[in-house]
Amino acid sequence: MEKKFTIIDEMGLHARPATVLVNTAGRFAAEIALNYNGKSVNLKSIMGVMSLGVPHNAEIVITAEGDDAAEALAALEASLTVQDLAKA
Amino acid sequence: MANFNGIAASEGIAVAKVFKLEEPNLTVKSDQVTDVEAEIIQFEAAIKKTVAELEKIKEKAKMSLGEANALIFDAHINMVTDPELKGQTIEKIRTDSMNAAFAFDGVANQFIAMFEGMDNAYFRERAADIKDVKKRLLSHLLGVALNDPSLIDEAVIVVAHDLTPSDTAGLNRQFVKGFVTNIGGRTSHSAIMARSLEIPAIVGMGAILEEATDGEQVILDGLTGTVILNPTVEQIKLYEEKRVDFEAMKKALQQLKDQPTMTCDGQQVELVANVGTPEDAKGAVAHGAEGIGLYRTEFLYMDRSELPTEEEQFVAYKAVLEAMQGKPVVVRTLDIGGDKALPYLQLPHEINPFLGYRAIRVCLDRQPLFNTQLRALLRASVYGKLCVMFPMIATLDEFKAAKQALLEAKAELLAEGVPVADDIQIGMMVEIPSAAIFADQFAKEVDFFSIGTNDLIQYAMAADRMSEKVAYLYQPYHPSILRLIKMVIDAAHQAGKWTGMCGEMAGDALAIPLLLGLGLDEFSMSATSILAARKQISHLSKKEMANLANEALNMQTMEEVVALVKNTATTF
Repeated sequence: MEKKFTIIDEMGLHARPATVLVNTAGRFAAEIALNYNGKSVNLKSIMGVMSLGVPHNAEIVITAEGDDAAEALAALEASLTVQDLAKA
Repeated sequence: MANFNGIAASEGIAVAKVFKLEEPNLTVKSDQVTDVEAEIIQFEAAIKKTVAELEKIKEKAKMSLGEANALIFDAHINMVTDPELKGQTIEKIRTDSMNAAFAFDGVANQFIAMFEGMDNAYFRERAADIKDVKKRLLSHLLGVALNDPSLIDEAVIVVAHDLTPSDTAGLNRQFVKGFVTNIGGRTSHSAIMARSLEIPAIVGMGAILEEATDGEQVILDGLTGTVILNPTVEQIKLYEEKRVDFEAMKKALQQLKDQPTMTCDGQQVELVANVGTPEDAKGAVAHGAEGIGLYRTEFLYMDRSELPTEEEQFVAYKAVLEAMQGKPVVVRTLDIGGDKALPYLQLPHEINPFLGYRAIRVCLDRQPLFNTQLRALLRASVYGKLCVMFPMIATLDEFKAAKQALLEAKAELLAEGVPVADDIQIGMMVEIPSAAIFADQFAKEVDFFSIGTNDLIQYAMAADRMSEKVAYLYQPYHPSILRLIKMVIDAAHQAGKWTGMCGEMAGDALAIPLLLGLGLDEFSMSATSILAARKQISHLSKKEMANLANEALNMQTMEEVVALVKNTATTF
């Protein structure tokens, strides 16, 4: 399963929201990845997420595989939009 | 027992244990381990200890810096427990039989290098977060204690090479009884902060950090600038008595708290406080301040990773205005650059930052940033008596542009139906010599001047106030400086405006007679100096001080001026 988003926060995917995202991903058993600019990282890893250096206006794709993949994607989407970080 | 002398930066006396704040030695060596699994267990234990420590720091930060600022420690906790960082380290330990510290150091360094190589400045700076986390985890792996000031929980005197503004802001007043640093002068930020925290401090000690040992007793006499390491029982007793005397003298001054400031010939002036936080404003009232002469808003912008929102700023400004209960509050708009950098603003690195892109120059260039601050100030204006002051004005055009930005923000708010006070005074700092020389023209446009002597002196003398080699040129009482001050005061008075002073000089017992004589209307100083200044002024005649100032203006050296003031105006 996957879902596409556009980053609307002017600072990009910075430390504070990335932390919230990583914590959200960590609650699920599914394997979750963040894809940007041809690279894919483990969304449960703050280092991985931040190492992408995702800037403002970037298009990202979140993929999830596993039993709770659908719930995970829904929770991540909620976390992204509630923080005004990205739009679907 | 050993005696040392430095520059007395904040008065008071303290006797406590030494707490050294220094960079620890965290060098790691490569080592082959025989029991790989035990090494991994040790690594995981170090992660647990680091997380526990970060949780503790986060809780403290929540209380001292607020919920939003404490969130950065959540990011640090995530980094320590990061599956990539942890996974790669364990892999190295296992496949290469490498010791945990060396393996972890290598993996962390790879991430640091990767972040440092990024295009986006924000992500580049996150390398500092990983370094911080690496340091903490290595300290647990190597068993080297990190002296973290936020973890202090007993009475101590902090001994350091230097303290940054954020170090000083993070000191817990309950336990930190004073501090001593190797470098710095009376006007360095650590010294200014010490006075506003009301803890004794001595700076410019040379090599005190190298001389002191963690945990030994130390006496700090912030009145004379003396530090005694490992004192005798008699010395401790003597200084305990001195401390009690000092506290008693402070108490006696308290009787002047609610009195107006009056010279012996019946002339009134205003004594107001320099503050950095809403908390300081409450302290200012307790010390008898008749207002705030300088609210340094940059502290709102420091120690964080992004700009404060309009709402956050509004809350702080409202708190200061309310704390002063209708007394005037002069707020200085953002003054960053120079020695105060904000990493997230990505200001260009300059060879000569004091002559570069700072203060109003940044604000006029970055309108959204300035507009947010002005809106927050204007919204708060209905909660007290607000005066807005622009820093580092060099030309009339700059002042007009800043004033225009303020008026536009006001029009915006009024159009949105948000109330704004209509008696806000708009003034400027005079700290650039061009502004002093051109004061007669500025006086037509401003409601008031506030002379920032720290910068005015360093710009007039072309001498960096942080450079010890040219410290002799920092001459507040030099006739040339007094003449600049006189030009500003006279120009203001001719236009029916008032002049204040918010540099260190305004609270200096040697300068007060001269400033009084030059006609200064408002003296803004560390809150703790106000009562002593009020007492001093009550013994002085304004008329006599005017004669004294006239004489000083025509002297040839600072030494002559100092001798004149000492002989005639401070003997009571």
